[in-house]
Amino acid sequence: MLDVHGLNKTYEGHGRTVEALRDLTFTVGEGELVCLVGPSGCGKTTLLKCIAGLMSPTRGEVSLSGRTVDGPPPGMAVVFQEYGRSLFPWMRVRDNVDLPLRHKKLAKAERRRLVDESLEAVGLADAHDAYPWQLSGGMQQRVAIARAVASQPQVLLMDEPFAAVDAQTRADLEDLVRDLWHRLGVTILFVTHDIDEAVYLGERVLMLSSSPTVVREDLAIDLPDARDQLSTRSSPRFAELRARVYSQIQHAKNPTGAPAAGAPVH
Amino acid sequence: MSATVAEPRAGGVAPPVRRRRAPAARSVALGAAGLLGFALLLEVVPRVGLVDRASLPPTSEILRALVDELGVPAFWTALGETMRAWALGLAIASVAAVLVGLVLGSVAGLRAATASTVEFLRPIPSVALIPLAVLLYGTDIRSTLLLVVYACFWQVLVQVVSGVADVDPVAADTARSYGLGPLARIRYVVWPTALPYVMTGLRLAAAVALVLAITVELITGAPGLGSEIALAQSGGAVALTYALVLVTGLIGVVVNLAFRAVERRALSWHPSVRGEVVT
Amino acid sequence: MRAGDALRRTLLVVALPAVLLTAWWVLSASSTNIYAPPLSQIVEQFRLVWLEGGRFTADVLPSLGRLAAGYALAVALGVGLGVALGSSRTARQVFEPLLELFRAVPAPVLIPVLILLTGIGTTQKVLVIASGCIWPVLLNTVEGVRATDGVLSDTCRSYGITGSARLRHLVLRSASPQIVTGMRQALSIAVILMVISEMFASDNGIGYAVLDFQRSFAIPEMWSGILLLGVLGVLLSLLFRVFEGRVLGWYAGLRRAQRDG
Repeated sequence: MLDVHGLNKTYEGHGRTVEALRDLTFTVGEGELVCLVGPSGCGKTTLLKCIAGLMSPTRGEVSLSGRTVDGPPPGMAVVFQEYGRSLFPWMRVRDNVDLPLRHKKLAKAERRRLVDESLEAVGLADAHDAYPWQLSGGMQQRVAIARAVASQPQVLLMDEPFAAVDAQTRADLEDLVRDLWHRLGVTILFVTHDIDEAVYLGERVLMLSSSPTVVREDLAIDLPDARDQLSTRSSPRFAELRARVYSQIQHAKNPTGAPAAGAPVH
Repeated sequence: MSATVAEPRAGGVAPPVRRRRAPAARSVALGAAGLLGFALLLEVVPRVGLVDRASLPPTSEILRALVDELGVPAFWTALGETMRAWALGLAIASVAAVLVGLVLGSVAGLRAATASTVEFLRPIPSVALIPLAVLLYGTDIRSTLLLVVYACFWQVLVQVVSGVADVDPVAADTARSYGLGPLARIRYVVWPTALPYVMTGLRLAAAVALVLAITVELITGAPGLGSEIALAQSGGAVALTYALVLVTGLIGVVVNLAFRAVERRALSWHPSVRGEVVT
Repeated sequence: MRAGDALRRTLLVVALPAVLLTAWWVLSASSTNIYAPPLSQIVEQFRLVWLEGGRFTADVLPSLGRLAAGYALAVALGVGLGVALGSSRTARQVFEPLLELFRAVPAPVLIPVLILLTGIGTTQKVLVIASGCIWPVLLNTVEGVRATDGVLSDTCRSYGITGSARLRHLVLRSASPQIVTGMRQALSIAVILMVISEMFASDNGIGYAVLDFQRSFAIPEMWSGILLLGVLGVLLSLLFRVFEGRVLGWYAGLRRAQRDG
C-alpha cells in the first residue's frame, strides 16, 4: 500500500547543509497498523510531511498504491498533533467533519451519513452542534480523527496525535485508534515519541535513528490482537518488546552508533 | 497561492536551518523598485495620452514644480503654520487625555460610569465641528486647533484608559501593601504599564492631527499647507497641486517613522510588544 | 439580586449622559449667546429641518447613498488587494513603500486632485470616501491573511482544499476578525469623508447643508446638523456592532474560551 524508498530530505541555506533524513526505506502493507518511534529531533514530523505530500523530498520517493506521491494524494488523511489549530474554530463540529467531504462531490445525504457515522465511531454523537473550542482537548482530537475517518482514506497518518493530551485521555484515545482500525480496516501509520504507546498500538514498530535519520530496526509486535490497557501493558512479552525498543532508541541517541538499515528483527 | 511549507519545528538536533528573513537589502531594493515603477507609470501615462495631461501632469513636471516651490518663502510659512497647529494641538490633546485617562482608569467605577458617554461622543465625526470652529474663530489657527485637539483627545484617551486597565492587579496590590500612595503607585506601577499604550495612542494621534490640520486648512482657508493646495487647484496650477499633495504624503511618512522610532526607543526596555488596542 | 444588577448596570449607562443632557438643556435654556442657542431650540430645528423639511430626501439620502457606495468600494478593493498582498511576501516588499506614501496623504487633500481627474459630482465624492477608508481595511486584511495558521493551512492542503475553496473557507474566515476591525475603523473614516467631500465643492448633502447654515448664520439649524451627524455616527456604530456580532460570534466564544483557560 505505502512504499517509502530511499527517502532523503536535505536543507540548504547560508552555506550550511543539514541532512534531516538520510535514507529511509520501508513498506506499510494494506490494513497494517505501523508505529514509528525515534529520539527527539530525528525528523519524524519531516518524514510524515514528506509521506503526506506536504513536503517534497530531496531524493527518493513515496508511493501510495503504486502511484508516486507528489503533493497531498486523495487517499490519505492526516491527524496533526496540534488539534486546537487543525480544526476550524468558526465551524461547528459537524461542519468541520463535513468540509473535506464537500470537495469529494458526494451527495448531501451520503455526506451526512458519513459525518454521523464517524462522529458516532469516535464517541461524539452528541457534539454535532458544538464549536471546537467548547470541547476539551481529547474531544477535539476525536473530532480531528472523525474528520479523517469520514473522508474514507486508504491510509491514515497520525503525527504524534496524543502528545498534547493528558495520560488518561491518551489511554482512551489509543484504544479508540485500535478500535477504529479493527472496524474500518484502514491502514495506519502512527508516529510517536512514546515507546509504550508504539508497542501497545502497533503490529510493527519502526525505530528511527537520530538525525541524519535512517530506519534502525523494524520490529514485529507479536502481542495478541485483542489488547487492553491493563493486561497487555502488564504482560511480560510487552515488557520485553518495550525494553528492546527502548534500548534501540537509546543507542540511536548516540550518534556514533552505526545505524542499521531496516532489517526486520524478532 | 503559494503556501509556505512549514519547516519542522526544531526539537533537539532538528535541522536548525529555518527560512531566514530575506536580507534587508533585498527588501529595500524591491520597495525602491515599486516606487520607481509607479513614478515611471505616472510619467508615461499622461505623455501617451491615456489621461489628459492638463489634469494629470507627468512625474517630471510634478517634481519640477516641487523643486520650484521649495524656493518660495510662502511655502515654508504655510508649512510652518501647519506644523505649528499640529504640534500644539497634539500636545494639548495628549496631556489632557493622559490626565483624564489616568483619573478615569484609576478611580474604580468612574470608568464604568463614563463608558457610555465616551462611546457616544467618540463616533461623532470631528469634522461636524468645522462649521462651529469657523463661527467661533474664523480662519484663525484656533479653528484648526479646536478640531485637532478634539479628535486627538479621544484617540489618546482610549489608549490611556486601556493601558491603565491593563495594570497587573498583583503588582498594584503589592504596591499598595508596601504603603505607596496613589501618586507613587501611578509613577511606579500604572505609568510603565500604560506607557506602550500611550505611545501607540500618540503615534495614531499624530497622524490624525496632521490629517485634520490640513483638512481644516483646506476647507476653511486657515493658513497652512491645506489652503495652499486649495489655492493651487483653484488657480489652475495643476502640477503644483500634485506637488503639494506629494509633500503632505512625505510629511505624513516622516511623522510616522519618527514616532515609530521614538516608540521603539522609549519602549526598548519593554518585554512585550503591545499591539494597537482594537478600538 | 439579578434585578438589582440589571438596574445598576442600566443606571451606569444612562446616568452620566442623562445628567449632561439635562445640564445642557437647563443651562442653555436662557442663553442669549447666538453661538450657543438653547437645546430646546436645537431639538426643534432638528425636527423641522431634517425630519419634516424636504432635506431628508434632498440631502440626507444622497449623502447616505454616497457613503454606502464609497464604503462598499473601499471594502471590496481593500479585501481583494489585502488578500493578494497578504499571500505574497514579494508583493508586500514591492508595494509597501508606495502604499505607505499613499496612505500618508490625507484623503481630503485628494479632493482637489480628484476634482481635476473626475470633475465635481457623485463619482468624485464616492472616490474621496473610498480612497480614505480603504486603508484600514487593506492593512488589516494583509495582517489577517499573513497570520493564517500553518497547521490549518496544512490541513487544507492534505484534504485537497485549494484555490477558491481555500480562499473562502480558510483565508477569509481566518482573517475575518482583523478584516472586521479594519471595516469598523473604515466606517468612521467614511462618515468623516462623506461630510468633508460635501463641504468643499458640492451642492447637496449633509455636510453642504451644515456649512450652508453656518454661512447664513442659521445657528440653531447648524447645530441641529451637527446633532444629526452625531446621531448618524452613533447609529452606524451600533449597526456595525450588530453586524460584528453575527459575523464574529465564533470569535467571541473562542477568545472567551482561551481566556478562561
